[in-house]
Amino acid sequence: MTDADELRRRTQELLAAHPPAETDRLDFLRARFDAGLAWVHFPEGLGGLGLPRSLQAVVDAELEAAGAPDNDPRRIGIGLGMAAPTILQYGTDEQKTRFLRPLWTGEEVWCQLFSEPGAGSDLAALGTRAVREGDTWTVNGQKVWTSSAHLARWAILIARTDPDVPKHRGITYFVCDMTDPGVEVRPLRQITGEAEFNEVFLTDVRIPDAHRLGGTGDGWRVAQTTLNNERVAIGGMRLPREGGMIGPVAKTWRERPELRTHDLHQRLLKLWVDAEVARLTGERLRQQLVAGQPGPEGAGMKLAFARLNQEISGLEVELRGEEGLLYDDWTMRRPELVDFTGRDAGYRYLRSKGNSIEGGTSEVLLNIVAERVLGLPVEPRTDKDVAWKDLAR
Amino acid sequence: MSDLLYSEEEEALRAAVRDLLTDHCDTTSVLARAESDAPHDPALWKTLADGMGLAGLLVPEDRGGQGATHREAAVVLEELGRAVAPVPYLTSAVVATEALLACAEGGDLLDGLASGRVIGALAVGLHTAPGAAFAAVRADGGALHGELTGIADAAVADVLLVPADDGGLYAVTADAVTVTPQTSLDLTRPLARVTLDAAQGRRVGDAEPAVRRALRAGAGLLASEQLGVAEWALTETVRYLKDRKQFNRPVGGFQALKHRLAQLWLEVVNLRAAARAAADALATGEDTDVSVTVAQAYAAPVAVRAAEEALQLHGGLGMTWEHPVHLRLKRAKADSIAYGTTGAHREALADLVDLRAP
Repeated sequence: MTDADELRRRTQELLAAHPPAETDRLDFLRARFDAGLAWVHFPEGLGGLGLPRSLQAVVDAELEAAGAPDNDPRRIGIGLGMAAPTILQYGTDEQKTRFLRPLWTGEEVWCQLFSEPGAGSDLAALGTRAVREGDTWTVNGQKVWTSSAHLARWAILIARTDPDVPKHRGITYFVCDMTDPGVEVRPLRQITGEAEFNEVFLTDVRIPDAHRLGGTGDGWRVAQTTLNNERVAIGGMRLPREGGMIGPVAKTWRERPELRTHDLHQRLLKLWVDAEVARLTGERLRQQLVAGQPGPEGAGMKLAFARLNQEISGLEVELRGEEGLLYDDWTMRRPELVDFTGRDAGYRYLRSKGNSIEGGTSEVLLNIVAERVLGLPVEPRTDKDVAWKDLAR
Repeated sequence: MSDLLYSEEEEALRAAVRDLLTDHCDTTSVLARAESDAPHDPALWKTLADGMGLAGLLVPEDRGGQGATHREAAVVLEELGRAVAPVPYLTSAVVATEALLACAEGGDLLDGLASGRVIGALAVGLHTAPGAAFAAVRADGGALHGELTGIADAAVADVLLVPADDGGLYAVTADAVTVTPQTSLDLTRPLARVTLDAAQGRRVGDAEPAVRRALRAGAGLLASEQLGVAEWALTETVRYLKDRKQFNRPVGGFQALKHRLAQLWLEVVNLRAAARAAADALATGEDTDVSVTVAQAYAAPVAVRAAEEALQLHGGLGMTWEHPVHLRLKRAKADSIAYGTTGAHREALADLVDLRAP
């Protein structure tokens, strides 16, 4: 019996023991986790069976056909995509057992406490302090751009534990309890009017040493696992032609001939071509991954889409003329998910401004392409051998 | 969805062509040849076309060719573009060949073109976009009269495929016409004026569909040549800037230049996807018009910018006749007009994807 057949058998067994129609959603998800069918590439006992990641599709197809509930992966993306791989790689057995099951079922939402007002592109310069007394750490500082902080039970947190060594060496990685009385979450209102993100203020937050991930002072290395998985999560989706932001503007163009001008026509055609070519590049990258020959092209996809989203949505606002002077809704809301398609052109124009900042600014990404892909000399590092406390700020 | 990768066989083909060009198509000899009365390289053509059998890639085996596809021809063109090799591959093995493939007659000619022993040229100006109007000569009984300009690689053609005003496409041997070289921007793909004075021709088919098909294939595969030019420019510039030192450091370490090169790399990556999509679409016949038009609407600005950036970032060296960058700049700029400009292709796209002008 092949691995795929065995997986199908196990999935059918799960479905027989817990018929989705008659089973509580959470009970079903817990049972699926315990059967090793949550993420088959995870180890046995932690929701997986130690199989290749590609075989997950076999399980997902069987479950979907049977109408089984899923764990709403978009809602718990930070837990699944960033916290889980880090806990798996660096966590103790107790940590893995405690955290992974409710993380995967979505019973416990996770957020990420990395960026700070004074540490954006230069994340390793972060200043949130953690001081140890006995078996407890006391944390003070401020984090920013935290999605889901107001919903989260746990956070992955990096904090400065040794200010006397160069910045990369004095960081430690923790799991932070978001219900601690020292954690204050405030919505951070954006230029769109809504608040997708939060500011998180940490005042004498207590973290038991048992919630440290990896060694003291080793947090930067641990964080690389988290950040690398963030990059894996971006890209890889398959788009049809006009599947991105060019879709709504092309539709408007076709339906509203009275809005057309020659200048807009030339710009639209150029952007249509750029969007189609970016789509082909994404598809080529996907084909490379499927063929097991990942290329460096992925590094560029985020850069390309940031620029395209901004230019296309900017054109769309202009195309709408009189309507472009209006905005659908400035009401302060706290959406759980970012939805580019459900809103007007003005919203897309404003929201896409963040695309060249979030998850690595375009300027930093260009450096990464120049240095890691083209092999050009790295930027001069004046901070390499300077203790964190002596850095300019 | 089209296959946008290179197969193992395609990579092997690339390696073979690159080896040949490394040994037999160095810059010094290309430059020396470009200044002579005979800018083309017949020995290189013989090896490529006859020796390696690459002239017949697009011709079915039962008609004397290799029975390969546009995907393989595109790989050959990437390499020829990198080296700006002065051989009539695009004009004879792609454009003239495609024209004959659309014709009812002329099987013998196709055989000759496929073997590389006969060089063909479509007597339509290089600037002509697929679907655009093209000049025709006057057909008077069996004799053709007129003058056609901007015919690429006509100087080495053994046979010209000439559109006439009776709607026919005529095969005319080179000795029946007068071919006068025109001083061309692109030294490695020279143009010529073709004068027909009661020239005898053989009607091989209808001009309109043959020219349309030929130019579409030419435009689609030109994107691969442009990719080759752009890739050469990027690679050479990165190599040079790692080595070149000013202000006591490698010039490639300055962020202003790093960002420009990274940006260029992104565009070359995009161009590769667009060029592969066009080649694959020509091979499969699926979504061909849109794929070719998208590739041609994207390719020219990238290739031109790559060559222009290469020149600028080589500093004074880039302005010298001796340095090879100008051969690529001239090719890239000429390619931006060949088989239709970016603007012409964008306009064609407006109809193809229903984004109509005001």
